[in-house]
Amino acid sequence: MSFMQKPKVSHSQRLHNELGLSLRDYEGSMSTLCAGCGHDSITAAIIQAFWELNIEPHKVAKMSGIGCSSKTPAYFLSQAHGINAVHGRMPSIATGANAADRNLYYIGVSGDGDSLSIGLGQFIHALRRNLNMLYIIENNGVYGLTKGQFSASADVGSKAKKGEVNLQPPIDPAIAALTLGGSFVARSFSGDKAQLVPLIKAGIMHNGFAMLDVLSPCVTFNDHEDSTKSYAHTRQFYHPAVHADFIPSKQPIRAAYDNGDAMPVELHDGSTVVLRKVSKDYNPTDRAQAYSYLHAHQKRGEIVTGLLYIDEAQREMHELSNTVGQALRDLPYSELCPGSAALEELQSQYC
Amino acid sequence: MPETRTRNLRRSGVQPESMQTRINDFVIKIANVNGTGSASANGLLMKAIFRMGIPVVGKNFFPSNIQGLPTWFEIRVSREGYMARSGRVDIMVAMNAQTYAQDLADVSPGGYLLYDSTWPRDKQLVRDDITVIGIPLSQMVNTHFENVRARILMKNVCYVGALAALLDIDMQVITQLLKETFGNKEKLIAGNLKSIELGYNYAKEHCKCPLPLKLERMQATADHIMVDGNTMAGLGCVYAGATVGAWYPITPSTSLMDAFKDFCERYRVDKQSGKHRYCIVQAEDELSAIGMVLGAAWNGARAFTPTSGPGISLMNEFIGFAYYAEIPAVLFDVQRVGPSTGMPTRTQQSDLLFCAYASHGDTRHVLLFPADPGECFQFAVQAFDLAEQLQTPVFVMSDLDIGMNDWMVPKLKWDQNYIPDRGKVYSREQLESMQVFRRYIDNDSDGICYRTYPGVSAKGSYFTRGSGHNRFGGYTEDAAEYQDVLDRLRRKHDTAKQLVPAPVLRIKKGVKTAIVSLGSCDGAVLEALDVLAREGTEVNYLRVRAFPFNRQVEEFLDGHEHIFVVEQNRDAQLKSLLLLETRVEKRKLTSILHYGGMPIDSRCITEGISKALAKGAAA
Ligand SMILES: Cc1ncc(C[n+]2csc(CCOP(=O)(O)OP(=O)(O)O)c2C)c(N)n1
Ligand code: SF4
Ligand SMILES: [Mg+2]
Repeated sequence: MSFMQKPKVSHSQRLHNELGLSLRDYEGSMSTLCAGCGHDSITAAIIQAFWELNIEPHKVAKMSGIGCSSKTPAYFLSQAHGINAVHGRMPSIATGANAADRNLYYIGVSGDGDSLSIGLGQFIHALRRNLNMLYIIENNGVYGLTKGQFSASADVGSKAKKGEVNLQPPIDPAIAALTLGGSFVARSFSGDKAQLVPLIKAGIMHNGFAMLDVLSPCVTFNDHEDSTKSYAHTRQFYHPAVHADFIPSKQPIRAAYDNGDAMPVELHDGSTVVLRKVSKDYNPTDRAQAYSYLHAHQKRGEIVTGLLYIDEAQREMHELSNTVGQALRDLPYSELCPGSAALEELQSQYC
Repeated sequence: MPETRTRNLRRSGVQPESMQTRINDFVIKIANVNGTGSASANGLLMKAIFRMGIPVVGKNFFPSNIQGLPTWFEIRVSREGYMARSGRVDIMVAMNAQTYAQDLADVSPGGYLLYDSTWPRDKQLVRDDITVIGIPLSQMVNTHFENVRARILMKNVCYVGALAALLDIDMQVITQLLKETFGNKEKLIAGNLKSIELGYNYAKEHCKCPLPLKLERMQATADHIMVDGNTMAGLGCVYAGATVGAWYPITPSTSLMDAFKDFCERYRVDKQSGKHRYCIVQAEDELSAIGMVLGAAWNGARAFTPTSGPGISLMNEFIGFAYYAEIPAVLFDVQRVGPSTGMPTRTQQSDLLFCAYASHGDTRHVLLFPADPGECFQFAVQAFDLAEQLQTPVFVMSDLDIGMNDWMVPKLKWDQNYIPDRGKVYSREQLESMQVFRRYIDNDSDGICYRTYPGVSAKGSYFTRGSGHNRFGGYTEDAAEYQDVLDRLRRKHDTAKQLVPAPVLRIKKGVKTAIVSLGSCDGAVLEALDVLAREGTEVNYLRVRAFPFNRQVEEFLDGHEHIFVVEQNRDAQLKSLLLLETRVEKRKLTSILHYGGMPIDSRCITEGISKALAKGAAA
């Protein structure tokens, strides 16, 4: 990694959203990631999405674990409270924060190591609770911050920069999320902002746990020819499919890319990865179909992207636990303390 | 061995104790099999004694098992009001054939053993220094009850009936208690009463009732309650205004969250909408549980987690995070026997050092040491105030003995004027009117900075991190900036000394020998002090109630020459903490340690002190 001074992720500053805020108002401090790191592009997409959604920045709580990816909440929404937890444990922080105040927007940023290796347990339990948040996994197949070891999302046969070949099967967060009852399962690519921004917006607006797996190449440790995240490998198994991006009608999101064809994407070192949108007859509300579709294509090494599955009716954590609508943190103490008479009465039971 | 003791007694011409009448001062121990429902029978017996106005305490010794292993319940009746174990067994109710030999041996000379005479006893096992009473419990119960489960349960109720006759328990009190327990379930009341009667009548007919050990009404339990510490801690969380509880089940802390949930269902459900003014999350593990507490507290809610040693072990990384990022948290460590899984259903005070400095790096925490269920309530409330005042994790160091056994404590009072101290938090108005907000600036020179809640104002935003940060909350790897924050955290911990509960002192001027102890040792220490005083040895006493130690602790240590540190662990952890954190000289401190897993008794203390003092005199 380099710590060179670099300009902030820059945007047009003239445009204002409905709140009168410019994109700059949604930015954070300067990124310290490697130039060209996929994570920085996701940061830019997050900024764009919140700006387009006209959300007041301070009504957002942003959180992360540890890793290059987990550093990024510092790089967007500087007017929002942020918390950088310990490695792999952001989901529990998010659960508690959401328990205390269900009325903020929650966005968690994690890495494939953070979520699928050390933090797999917390990740799937937050998903199982259907915690109302957008959960982004910035997936590069390696541990960037500790210099390129394989993560649990590395594909079989993928070669590390130093030559080691991964032999263990990967954990695919989208397949895991589908299998474990996730209510919103999406995948995208850091280089496809047109697809990514609407997915982030849909994820923020989804009522429940929105799992968004974003392929985000690590230019320093996993962007070479023999990496299965490379264009060459993906294209060999590439099988075109038809349109299937799903955006709930009530959400102010417009489809931003051409439906159908696979999208060849050039990576930093000049190689290319093929991402594909899902097919036209694909039904993103049918879990079994989504699963078998993904499974079938994954077996061929293909990367299926888009909003793969959504169930807006699934109840989120507070609906399941029947909590009051107001933030628990804001309840007046008089509504929480039973008082002296109740204590006196209660104790007759212990006499 | 009991045999030897008896022989000595006889030789010295002392009358067997059974000849003497002992009123309201003896121990009943009931040996049973886990899973046979003896708990309610034993509870009934104890409550009846309590209702007769006689001080009483019960200790449950249960296995880490659901069914089949041996279990004991020990009831100490003490007109003096001593709450610790006495080390004696005056009446053994031997209901478990498996442990019969051991139970027989455990009876103090002159004592009694009651057994189910439906089946013959092992002829090899006899003692001529105790009185054995046979009652055909199963036989009587089986002729009256068809159902197998009922037969098992009622056998237990039947021995309560026999004891009622032998000890002179007021039958009206028992009848009343059964009515209160079973409400309008007439059939259950009738069945229980029948079993009581069977035992009662048999004893009346066949034994000389009452025994020389017997009960007489007193007025010593008015304004007292019989309750366990976990229930009171759970209640304390409700009164403190805690809204978020996260946990993972572990003995002996589980009943704390059960209690919190029960009380919330009673007091925190909106009458109209049925909605909850609380959120309890059963986490996937303790690591998540503490994460949830920190997320909630970071977001401004009062949040807590109950656990035991193994849970704290898992939470360590997050505890350091909370310390460094300055997030309030309340942790209840209901301590059990370690290391590792240890003995989950036995008690110890062995997490002191571990919790005082939990997590890697330079960390130091605030610990509270409740001594009984009353203090569990009080300290639960105070723990939330402290955690928010100091913006740091606070550990309430209970233990299995306090948490799960029923103790007799003075009735709780609630101060209607109490307002939670939420610590230094800037409001929206304050934020809007200030130039700029900086998270870690020590405005008041007490080491405590101002914080803000998320979502309140764009001006209050800051980034909470466990990585190196400076006083502005920014990331840093600069030595001076890092040290600046770390040194302030040390000052903050010193500020805690003025906020934590003061020690409890019992001092006589001029006495230079003292005991320092904590938590559930209190009952045994208080009794030991009386015994020693009767023998002519005056000893002063300080019970620490919190870490960091305040000035009173320092001064007490300064003012005494020979100090016995009484605690329930192998490694003298309280002593070590005193040596590390006060100016006391090592030569002044002598340890009295008890760590087998059973609650400490006074004898261990009196013997320890007498021996040490005799050795000192001889030297
Ligand atoms: C308990 C713990 N173990 C190990 C580490 C070291 N560590 C820091 S980041 C990281 C891996 C991050 O990988 P990933 O989540 O994929 O993030 P990336 O850097 O690839 O974006 C590891 C192992 C740590 N911080 N904490
Ligand atoms: S993930 Fe890779 S490219 Fe991105 S900052 Fe880390 S090491 Fe650099
Ligand atoms: Mg990674």
